[in-house]
Amino acid sequence: MTDHLVAAEHEDWRLFLKKARANRSFQAGAAITLLIVFIAAVSLIWTPYDVAKLSIPDRLQGPSWSHWFGTDHFGRDIFSMIMEGSRNSIAVALIAVGIGIGIGVPLGCWAAARRGWIDEVFMRTSDIIFAFPALLSAVMITAIFGPGAVNAIIAIGIFNIPVFARVARGAALSLWPREFILAARASGKGPARITAEHILPNIANLLLVQGTIQFSLGILAEAGLSYVGLGAQPPATSWGRMLAEAQTMMAIAPQMAIAPGIAIIVTVLGLNLLGDGLRDVLDPKLRRER
Amino acid sequence: MLAYTARRLLIVLVTLLVASAIVFFVLEIVPGDPARLMLGLNATEDAVRALREQMGLNEPVLTRYLSWLSGMARGDFGESLTYSVPVTELIADRIVVSLPLALLALGLSTAIAIPVGIFTAARRGTRADTAAMAGTQLGIAIPNFWFALLLVYVFAVTLQWVPAGGFPGWDEGLWPGLRALILPAIALALPQAAILARVARSALLETLAEDYIRTARAKGLPANIVLWRHALRNAMIPVLTILGLQFAFLLAGTIIIENVFFLPGLGQLVFQAINQRDLIVVEGVVVLLVGTVVIVNFLVDLAYAWADPRLRRR
Repeated sequence: MTDHLVAAEHEDWRLFLKKARANRSFQAGAAITLLIVFIAAVSLIWTPYDVAKLSIPDRLQGPSWSHWFGTDHFGRDIFSMIMEGSRNSIAVALIAVGIGIGIGVPLGCWAAARRGWIDEVFMRTSDIIFAFPALLSAVMITAIFGPGAVNAIIAIGIFNIPVFARVARGAALSLWPREFILAARASGKGPARITAEHILPNIANLLLVQGTIQFSLGILAEAGLSYVGLGAQPPATSWGRMLAEAQTMMAIAPQMAIAPGIAIIVTVLGLNLLGDGLRDVLDPKLRRER
Repeated sequence: MLAYTARRLLIVLVTLLVASAIVFFVLEIVPGDPARLMLGLNATEDAVRALREQMGLNEPVLTRYLSWLSGMARGDFGESLTYSVPVTELIADRIVVSLPLALLALGLSTAIAIPVGIFTAARRGTRADTAAMAGTQLGIAIPNFWFALLLVYVFAVTLQWVPAGGFPGWDEGLWPGLRALILPAIALALPQAAILARVARSALLETLAEDYIRTARAKGLPANIVLWRHALRNAMIPVLTILGLQFAFLLAGTIIIENVFFLPGLGQLVFQAINQRDLIVVEGVVVLLVGTVVIVNFLVDLAYAWADPRLRRR
């Protein structure tokens, strides 16, 4: 029995790889995402220069062999700062997605399993949250409870909750009338156990795709928040803060704004391509739903 | 239709009520006493207490919420703590910047996105389609404030065609005002246009796959007529939904762009008000924006139900 299951899983994996090899969007997205994660990981142990050390004689240099992306107005190496900043972007966006999944998915599954007034209250509540302009609310939360990476995570994470809850609910609702769920109910399993054993494994693909999309939106939101000074605080480096500093130097050193902008674009682009690719690779039926 | 409208209207009212409560009570737990903040560090306890009394801060929370709510129902959003003028007046001063900016951005994004959507759907699979879709992927990934910085550098700093920031006010005439808004509007419109073009393309492709389109083609209608007369009209429904959502997003999304261009709009007002703990202003603007979102969605829903009777039964 177990051997059989393992064989089936093996078969799934092979099918996945076969489709992935044919999907350019998935390959490009996965390559870019892995590269960014790799850069972030390397920055934990090594960067070409120490970003905390100022070196005024080297300030405002253009790109060169010793400073790939040039230096900023304090003479810091911009490439090293981009490496450091990637950690902040990834951490904030990833934890915000985690909050969305951790709270949203159970809520959505619960609403789908219970139906009735609980479901109604749930839907209306998420309607109300969706009516709040997310960025403005995030600005409000971080400004009031104090700027910083943690509050930025919470502010972005809150708006991920209804997104994941809706996706989970919609997918779970379409599964509940299916025969295999009926069979599970007939064998005496309760709603919680059915959700854990049968619903969740079947909606995991959808959640993964949505997670990738929210991850990229989180990167953009974090950049926006730290650009207006509400995200990560010094001495931490972040791409948004680098852009804010570049803005003040725009007239004399426009190149300072290029690298952080490209870093954000490449990361978001990579995640979006990965999301699109995953959607096509995991389930062609999902293609129409966006 | 009447019953449908009434039901939707009830939902709108409940949503607004709950949203206003959320805004009020979230800001209620904010650290920092507005009275102390207004008087500064050297204020005596007595002065702070007197001001709290005068501002009505000693009333129970529920009483204050209800009086704020009933004020808003009468169009009175209260009085700003720092400026000592009615909040409605502050909002009116700022909305003449933010609203034209949002409308300009919406117009631009529609003017770019719809033709791109039609073109790419009609030429699906060609190189032009692939290139345009790659372009939209890029457009979605570009942070609008970064794009704004580049625009400022190219068109304001280098070419000096338009001012780098600030707003002269509409008293100076229409042209100076528009000149100050054009760069921020382009920056706001770009990512929106990218999203809208993708929605328009996929909606059109979906419609083009319908049976009645095949029938229209089968009876010998030219491809252009099928596209423009039959497909386009039906494909506009999802496009309108996104447009409705985007308007609200643009109105709120101006908060960061206004920062780049030093525009005295709603975003800047909220920003200052948050820093000065002028909570009643923050509450007023947020409720106004949430109200706009809810009402625009309501109107879009009504437009659908009017166009498609099947939706009224929901």
